[in-house]
Amino acid sequence: MSIASLLQRPFSVKRIPGFATIAIITFFCLYAPVIILVAYSFNAGTSLAIWEGFSLVWYQQAIANEAVQAAGLRSLALASIAATIATVAATMAGLATTRKRPFKGQTAVYTLINQPLMVPEIVTAVALLIFFAIIKVATGYQGMGYLIVAHTAFCIPFAYLPIRARLQGMDLSLERAAADLYATPWLTFKRITLPIMAPGIMAGFMLAFVISLDDVVISEFVKTPGQETLPTYMLGQLRRVVTPEVNAISSVLLAISILFVALFFFLNSRRS
Amino acid sequence: MNSNKPEDSVAIDVQSVTKIFKGETEVLALDDVSVQVRENEFFTLLGPSGCGKTTLLRLIAGFEHPTDGRIKLHGSDISLLPPNKRPVNTVFQNYALFPHMTVAGNIEFGLEMMGQAKAERSATVDRMLALVQMEELKNRRITEISGGQQQRVALARALAPHPKVLLLDEPLSALDLKLRKEMQIELKRLQHETGITFVFVTHDQEEALTMSDRVAVMSAGKILQVGSPRDIYDHPTDRFVANFIGESNFLNAELTKVSKGKGMIKLASGAELDASLPSDAPAVGPVSILIRPEHSQLTKRSSKAPLSGSIDNIVYFGTDTHFHITLETSEAFTVRTQNKPGFEGAFQIGDQVSLTIEPDAVQVLKD
Ligand SMILES: Nc1ncnc2c1ncn2[C@@H]1O[C@H](COP(=O)(O)OP(=O)(O)OP(=O)(O)O)[C@@H](O)[C@H]1O
Ligand SMILES: [Mg+2]
Repeated sequence: MSIASLLQRPFSVKRIPGFATIAIITFFCLYAPVIILVAYSFNAGTSLAIWEGFSLVWYQQAIANEAVQAAGLRSLALASIAATIATVAATMAGLATTRKRPFKGQTAVYTLINQPLMVPEIVTAVALLIFFAIIKVATGYQGMGYLIVAHTAFCIPFAYLPIRARLQGMDLSLERAAADLYATPWLTFKRITLPIMAPGIMAGFMLAFVISLDDVVISEFVKTPGQETLPTYMLGQLRRVVTPEVNAISSVLLAISILFVALFFFLNSRRS
Repeated sequence: MNSNKPEDSVAIDVQSVTKIFKGETEVLALDDVSVQVRENEFFTLLGPSGCGKTTLLRLIAGFEHPTDGRIKLHGSDISLLPPNKRPVNTVFQNYALFPHMTVAGNIEFGLEMMGQAKAERSATVDRMLALVQMEELKNRRITEISGGQQQRVALARALAPHPKVLLLDEPLSALDLKLRKEMQIELKRLQHETGITFVFVTHDQEEALTMSDRVAVMSAGKILQVGSPRDIYDHPTDRFVANFIGESNFLNAELTKVSKGKGMIKLASGAELDASLPSDAPAVGPVSILIRPEHSQLTKRSSKAPLSGSIDNIVYFGTDTHFHITLETSEAFTVRTQNKPGFEGAFQIGDQVSLTIEPDAVQVLKD
């Protein structure tokens, strides 16, 4: 190959020496532990390291375990409620930040909405712990409200990202055209804005749901005793005896996450 | 169309409208604009980018409200009505078709919002599809049709509710030249068939001249001149208008006589010529005059001619030839001559020549 033709070709990261090797090592590090985790969830023995044959015994045990059942249901309920509220809030924030001409302080508003993504989770968790402790003392309330509020709060920026992306790709003149064609503001929203932004809303909801389902740090700090979610239950188990039951629960959580993330990408990539 | 109405009954009456956009810096987009659009006419707003054409259109549509002044539609003040309460429809520059609906769904939308019954709606949709020759594509999605077809759907959608006025913001600018010429003819036909008043925005002077009944030339938030294409081309009263539409020769002259809207000017050579005057006629004295390049002919040098000079350059354009001349007063002057077989070579660069000026070719400018 001549130097001239080399110079003419656009830069490609693929031509850096060792690119393929680094890529393979990276993917290996990312996925090998997960694959091993899933594999050992089917182990017939109690060991996390010695393979003793295939069985579904740990899945059966996990399903029969009442503590797992309670934590699993709590996690699902919490994720559903928090993701729903967060999606509604994020939808309104998305509409307010994209459906008119840029306004003063717009960047500040974006930063405020996305700030939870930047703050270390442990800081948020400690802050919430202290904040809720004050409220607990003042009101005596001990219920699920704290977990719901906390999860909703950190889910909002995740729900906001795909909703805003969708709305930003939507021409402002579409709503003007609807108004021009005699639609009231409400009908314009119902017939034009909402259907076009719907994939973004769905994607936002799913992202928020998965994030809530996965959360361990904030849940651990905010929960009152007895309010175990699946991740905090697993954390508790790991401190005691570790059996492949944890692998089985992890595998189920992983399957749910993969399902949602796949749906998220599908909805986000679909352009109408 | 409506024989019981006078020819020039007013559809839109823009009265001293000023629009200021308040932001980091204030933008004076429209500066005390007054203009009347007559019923059933094809009215064009023509001007360079940023002169306020879109702003004026959006004020009429209701997407913006005037900072000052009023807009009347058939006599009633609509300045403060929201867009959905105005019997006016818009064809947007980027079409703004609803991407989640079919061709028919887009056309039907306005009818549905007006509360028409389903049967009536489908009849109108079919009529509109026939009008823009899109029957076969009725159930296609908007994303599955070409730019020219989208243009037709946008037109059909805006025409379906049979608005009093149709506003079109550079609707042809995204089309290639051939399609554009076709759509120009199509638009004229649609305007004629529907009898709807069209307000058309363009920055293309040829488009404005060929399509319009009347043209308003805008610059920097002001309307400089309103008139028929012929008026605007033959008798521009403003240096900007003359320059923006067609090519122009500007000369210094002296206005010697003003009577009954007609004037007499005297050139540096001493020749006196009749001249058209702008509406607010200037006083007798030094003025600028305009002569179009094709309203003048080259002749052999003669001391009696109104203008004389020498040929600097000759540019051949196929259908015509441009002669660039420096006059004895050192002013530049261009003569455009239509090419005829055998005419070539009659004049050479460097020749001393004189010019004749056709009757009614001299226009006195305001400034
Ligand atoms: N929403 C707005 N906020 C601030 N300034 C604006 C706004 N809309 C228009 N302007 C300004 O007002 C002036 C007129 O704009 P307008 O869009 O009416 O021009 P135009 O004649 O349609 O130009 P073009 O041919 O480029 O479309 C411009 O200087 C523009 O920058
Ligand atoms: Mg414009």
